[in-house]
Amino acid sequence: MTAAPVLSIRGLTVAFGTRKRPTPIVHGVDMDLLPGRVQGLAGESGSGKTVTAMSVLGLLPRTAQVGGSVRLGETELLGLGRRELNRVRGRRIAMVFQDPSASLHPQLTVGHQLTDHVRTHLKVSKAHARERAVELLERVHVPDPAEALGRYPHQFSGGQRQRIAIAIALACEPEVVLADEPTTALDVTVQAGILHLLRDLALERELAVLLVTHDLGVMSAIADDVAVMRHGEIVERGPREQIFTKPQHPYTRELLTALPESDFTDPGARGSLAGQGLLDPEVEE
Amino acid sequence: MSDLLQVQDLVVEYGGRTPVRAVDGISLDVRAGEVVALVGESGCGKSSTARAVVGMEKPADGQVRYHGRSVPPLGLRTRDVALTAMQMVFQDPNSSLNPRKRVAAQIADGIAAARARGAEGSKPDYWLDQVGLAPDLAARYPHQLSGGQRQRVAIARSIAARPDLIVADEPISALDASSQAGVAAMMRRLCLDAGAGMLFISHDLSVVRQIADRTAVMYRGRIVESGATEVIWNDPLHPYTRALLAAIPRADGKGDLPQAPAAEAPPEWASEVPEALQRV
Amino acid sequence: MSVGEGGVKQRRIRRAVFARIPRAWLTPLAIIGLVVALAWIVVAFTASSFIPFSPTEQSLPRLQPPGGEALLGTDGLGRDVFSRLMAGAGVTIPLALLLVAVSTLVGVIVGAVAGFFGRWVDETLMRLTDLVMAFPTVILAMVIAASLGPSLFNAVIAGIVVSWPQYARVTRSLVLSLRTQNYVVAGRLLGYSPLRSLLRDILPNIAGPVLVLAALDIGTAILLLSGLSFLGLGAQPPTAEWGSMISEAMRNFDSWWIGVFPGLAILTVVMAFNFLGDSLRDILDPTSQTERESTGVTHAPAQASDGGER
Repeated sequence: MTAAPVLSIRGLTVAFGTRKRPTPIVHGVDMDLLPGRVQGLAGESGSGKTVTAMSVLGLLPRTAQVGGSVRLGETELLGLGRRELNRVRGRRIAMVFQDPSASLHPQLTVGHQLTDHVRTHLKVSKAHARERAVELLERVHVPDPAEALGRYPHQFSGGQRQRIAIAIALACEPEVVLADEPTTALDVTVQAGILHLLRDLALERELAVLLVTHDLGVMSAIADDVAVMRHGEIVERGPREQIFTKPQHPYTRELLTALPESDFTDPGARGSLAGQGLLDPEVEE
Repeated sequence: MSDLLQVQDLVVEYGGRTPVRAVDGISLDVRAGEVVALVGESGCGKSSTARAVVGMEKPADGQVRYHGRSVPPLGLRTRDVALTAMQMVFQDPNSSLNPRKRVAAQIADGIAAARARGAEGSKPDYWLDQVGLAPDLAARYPHQLSGGQRQRVAIARSIAARPDLIVADEPISALDASSQAGVAAMMRRLCLDAGAGMLFISHDLSVVRQIADRTAVMYRGRIVESGATEVIWNDPLHPYTRALLAAIPRADGKGDLPQAPAAEAPPEWASEVPEALQRV
Repeated sequence: MSVGEGGVKQRRIRRAVFARIPRAWLTPLAIIGLVVALAWIVVAFTASSFIPFSPTEQSLPRLQPPGGEALLGTDGLGRDVFSRLMAGAGVTIPLALLLVAVSTLVGVIVGAVAGFFGRWVDETLMRLTDLVMAFPTVILAMVIAASLGPSLFNAVIAGIVVSWPQYARVTRSLVLSLRTQNYVVAGRLLGYSPLRSLLRDILPNIAGPVLVLAALDIGTAILLLSGLSFLGLGAQPPTAEWGSMISEAMRNFDSWWIGVFPGLAILTVVMAFNFLGDSLRDILDPTSQTERESTGVTHAPAQASDGGER
């Protein structure tokens, strides 16, 4: 628990727009990712959680003005050139997106993409890369991995595609995995499997995982620590259990009360939520 | 009491020569003053069912009866006045509203439909209030609203038509997590206040549990389990319903992983369990 | 009231006026396009009142270089090039606008009917547009203009015949994509008649793209009319028309001013209308509108929560 953080973010700020009139999106986020632990980042759309994750890898558009510090071990990532950043991306920090199709090339076989990826970052022979690709697919529980290598992404189900995307992310043994809503596009029965996989991988490979999600159920299932973000700021952070059972910040409480399971005690309470104004952040004045 | 909506052996198919069967012979009914949920995962045919109910899809087989009359497909002819008492709420709030019309005008369209049926008239402000929006939104255009506000306006428009049946096709899944349950509960309240029935399509069992009197679980175009919501939630019989319920992650902070099915789409999910239907 | 106070007020008014101008209009290209196009339109409608000589009278010495009595020189028949140039604007620009307006109207009606009613109506109308579009535009216009007999009016007719199909195509595809939009379906479920649905839910939402297409097409229409006149299929002598002026200039190749000025006129007016069309496209893009109108919106957080995270 007291291990040194693999990635540490200090005073991260992100603003979009022109230099003269920047619109701040993230103001002053601090965060540490520890090996073998899943750090959750919760918040609603527009809270800046995705922007935070993207800025770590320099994946924001050019118009974004990023300030603060993001350190990966001894390396400061902010301000790195394109080439150095490319060396870090995929090699030391991997990313898993909401839409697996975004990280898979539709016209190349899965095997092609996996071995390519292995070979650009680790200098190994073709045969070795292939062997490793089979291992990876096996690890993420893609059935019949040797045969799967020859297939194209569209020949897999959404859940299998996300598994393949995770396999690609793991290919070069990264230290950090940024997972941005990794299960949001998936059905709940498929999501459960992916959550198991992420949890197991984090433990077994000592990965430092940043899990960005709006889904508090998912958060509760696999995050060790949770940070709640709102309007570009972290309003509350702490160990999972504490955040869910003893939330301190009113916004965290609001998020938790809005959950459908939260106050369902008897069937007669059906529809009772409607009366509570606090559930409706959009209710105006 | 005659059913408001009766769906009998409905089949919906897409495509030409080798059609894909999205809905494979389902039957359900909705009575006045109750909320019936149709739940299932992506591609199970729940949205196709909703579209067939309002006439957006022509059934390949089976029947959709509304007040005992067959629902004609939404073609080039003007919809029969009586049928405007059946309204729909769509999933995507961004395409639910005419971008070039102010909020008040869109709600007024709903009011006009109610008047045309001889129902009582009303003011757009009243309906804005009913869906929890401030009256000063009336003069805005849809792009000046957030997604959640748009969806509320869309709900206000359909409710303003004073429907006796609302078909809601995943009305909350595009909303922020914190407002989903609230909007769903609001829809139930509005619906019951008006004495209407609602067919609520969703993939989210935990929300459905909260607002539906009866639930039907759909898998691969068929209803595998149906009956009183609480019965299904507390004692699921069908393997698919069980897997579905077990896979919902609980936000209790305990760190328990939801149960994952052993395989993707195991064959027993498609099995028929007659006693899982019409449970009370 | 003190002077300072007045200045503040003036500034406030100026700011209020500028706030009402869409951002996209405040780009250099948009301003240049607007100014030049407006200038030419003013010239087109007032030329007769300020030109020093009659555009058709052969009263001056022939082939005089610019700078003398005739500002831009005279042509091979002793006519003032400047006067002909200005008068030419009054011939080409109104006709080009008419051409675009009529083709847009015809195209939108055909496309909307085809897209909305579908089936055999759609098939028939679209095959008709295919038929027209199968020929190269200019060649088809030449053939039509030639067979109708050379005259400016016939050149406009030819222009309309060749340019309506593009509007029909665009309108049809827009109508098709909007027809299944939820709000259109919602309108139908509320009992909208097909015509009402088309007029209130669909057409207002395709007006933007069609207008942009039309604005961009004004330049093309001017080129087409001038081109037909250049070939002798449009304006007939002695009418002052830019295309025919260039054509006449070919006979006196050494007197560069006869052809260069009408050429520049065509260039500037076509570019101006193209800039204008491009800016119009930016303005009608709903996402660019948000920024402008949100200045008056008090509930900014609600709006930011929707589109902030990309």
